[in-house]
Amino acid sequence: MPDIFGVPAAVLLGQVLLGLINGSFYAMLSLGLAIIFGMLNVINFAHGAFYMLGAFVTWLCLTQLGLNYWAALVVVPIVVGVFGAVVERLFLRRLYRIDHLYSLLFTFGLALAMEGLFRYLFGAAGKPYPVPETLTGVFRLGFMVLPVYRAWVILASVLVCLLVWLVMEKTRLGAWLRAATENPSLVTAFGINVPLMLTLTYGFCVGLAGFAGVLAAPIYQVSPAMGSSLIVIVFAVVVIGGLGSIGGAILTGLSLGVIEGLTKVFYPSASAIVIFVVMVLVLILRPAGLFGREN
Amino acid sequence: MHHPVRRLEVEDLHSWYGESHILHGASLHVNQGEIVTLLGRNGAGKTTMMRTLMGIVQQRKGRAVLDGQDLLAMPAHHVARLGLGFVPEERGIFSSLNVLENLLLPPAFRPSGMALEQIYTLFPNLQGRDTTIGTRLSGGEQQMLAIARILRTGADFILLDEPTEGLAPVIVEDISRALGELKALGLTIILVEQNIRFAMANADRHYVMEQGRVVDEFSNEALQSNMAKINAYLGV
Ligand SMILES: Nc1ncnc2c1ncn2[C@@H]1O[C@H](COP(=O)(O)OP(=O)(O)OP(=O)(O)O)[C@@H](O)[C@H]1O
Ligand SMILES: [Mg+2]
Repeated sequence: MPDIFGVPAAVLLGQVLLGLINGSFYAMLSLGLAIIFGMLNVINFAHGAFYMLGAFVTWLCLTQLGLNYWAALVVVPIVVGVFGAVVERLFLRRLYRIDHLYSLLFTFGLALAMEGLFRYLFGAAGKPYPVPETLTGVFRLGFMVLPVYRAWVILASVLVCLLVWLVMEKTRLGAWLRAATENPSLVTAFGINVPLMLTLTYGFCVGLAGFAGVLAAPIYQVSPAMGSSLIVIVFAVVVIGGLGSIGGAILTGLSLGVIEGLTKVFYPSASAIVIFVVMVLVLILRPAGLFGREN
Repeated sequence: MHHPVRRLEVEDLHSWYGESHILHGASLHVNQGEIVTLLGRNGAGKTTMMRTLMGIVQQRKGRAVLDGQDLLAMPAHHVARLGLGFVPEERGIFSSLNVLENLLLPPAFRPSGMALEQIYTLFPNLQGRDTTIGTRLSGGEQQMLAIARILRTGADFILLDEPTEGLAPVIVEDISRALGELKALGLTIILVEQNIRFAMANADRHYVMEQGRVVDEFSNEALQSNMAKINAYLGV
C-alpha cells in the first residue's frame, strides 16, 4: 500500500479503525446526552456514571450471579435504564421548572456520589472482565490485526445508533419526541402524556449508557473512574456536534474518534487534547456546533 | 324548534400564570354545532381562556365542563380524548417535522376523524407537500395545516385562536370557506378573532372579554346593530 503524508496507508487505516472504537463510545454517549438535553433540558452530568454503572453491573452479574456477557447485554441496559427512570421520577422532574443549573448540579452530584459509592465498595483498582468466548480471536486484515471483540463493539454500537436514529427520524414515536422537544405543552394538548414520555426517554438514554458500559467492560478496565474520564471527552463531542441533531451527535462522535486515532499517527503527543482543540475551533467559528441550530 | 344540546359550560373560571391572576371569573357556554367567538382587546384573556380549557394553564379554579366531563379534574393529556381540538395562536407547526409528520402528529382518538383525501379536498394547498418542512409553508398554509391536523383526529369541538392573523385577504377567504364547511359538518367551534367581518361571516354568537372576564354577549344578528358598542369594547 502507498504512503500518505509519509505514513504507510496500512498504519493509517489501522488507526482509523482503532479510532472508530473510541468513537463508538463517544457516539452512543453523546447521542443520549443530546436527546436528554433536547427533551428534558437537562445537562446530564451523570451520563458517565451510568456508563460506569453499566460496566460494574456487568462485572457483578458475572462474578456474583454467574450471568454471562450475552445475558448482561440484555439485562444490564434494562436495570440501568430503570434506575435512570426512577431518578427522573423522584428527582429530576422536580427541577425542570427552575434554572438549568439545578439539574446540572444534581446530576453532577449524583455522578460524584455513584463514583464514590463504587470506590468505597469495590476499591479504585480496575477489574478485568474476560472477552466472551465467541468473540475471542482476531481478524487478520492485512493492514492490521483487529481483535474480533473490537470489531463487534464497532458493529454493535453503529447498529444501535442507527436504530435510535431511525426511530427518532422515521417513526411516529420519533415525531412525538421531536415535537415535544419543541413545544411540550402543545403536544400534551394533542393528548400525549409528555411527562411519561420524558421519564421513558431519560430511562432509555441512560439504558443506552448502560449498554455502552457492557460493551466497554471487556475492553477497558471496570473501575469507578471510567465514567468521569470518558464523560469529559463526550461533553466536548457534544459541544462540537451541537445539541440540535441526533444524526449529528452520532457522526461527530465517530469522526472525533477517528480524528483522535489519526492524531496518534501524525502527532502522538497531541492525541489526548486534539478533541479539545477541535472544540475550541468550533466554538470560535460556529458556536452552536457543527450540527446545531443557530438562533 | 328542538332544544340545543349544551356542550361546554364554563362558570366563574379563574386562572393564573405564576403570580399573575389572568382569568377573573369568566363564564360562557357553547351549544352543539355552534360557532362562538371570543372578542376583546389584546391581553383580554382570550388565548388564556383556551389554554386554561386545554389544561396548558394548570393553575386554575372554577368550573369547566365538556359533555358532562369536568375539564379541571383531568390531566392535560386526557382533554383531547373528549374530542376537544386546539389550533393555537401561533399555529404551532413544528419545525423539526415535515408537513406529513405535522399532519399525523396528534393521535386520532375517534374513528370519525377526517381521511387524508377529505383533508386535501378541504385544503388543496396541503396536497403533495408531505416532505416540506412544516415551517417552510406560507403562513396561510401553516394555518390550514394546523386546522387539518386537528380535523384528522376526529375532534368535534375546536378551539381556533386567531386563524386569520397576518394572512392575505384571499387566504382569509379560503379559511372562511373551510370554516363554513366545518360548520356544515356539525362541528362546534370557539373562535378568537380580531377581524370582525370574518367573525360575523362565520359565527352564531359572540362573547366579549375584558380583563379576564366575559362582559357581554351578542347574537350574530344583534352584532350589526351594536357596532358602536363593539367598537368601544375593542377600542377601534
Ligand atoms: N405565559 C404568560 N405568563 C404571564 N403572563 C401572561 C402569559 N401569557 C399571557 N399573559 C398575560 O395574560 C394576559 C392575557 O393574555 P392573553 O394572551 O390571554 O390575551 P389575548 O386576549 O389572547 O390577547 P391577544 O389578542 O393579544 O392575543 C395578558 O396580560 C398577558 O400579558
Ligand atoms: Mg391571544
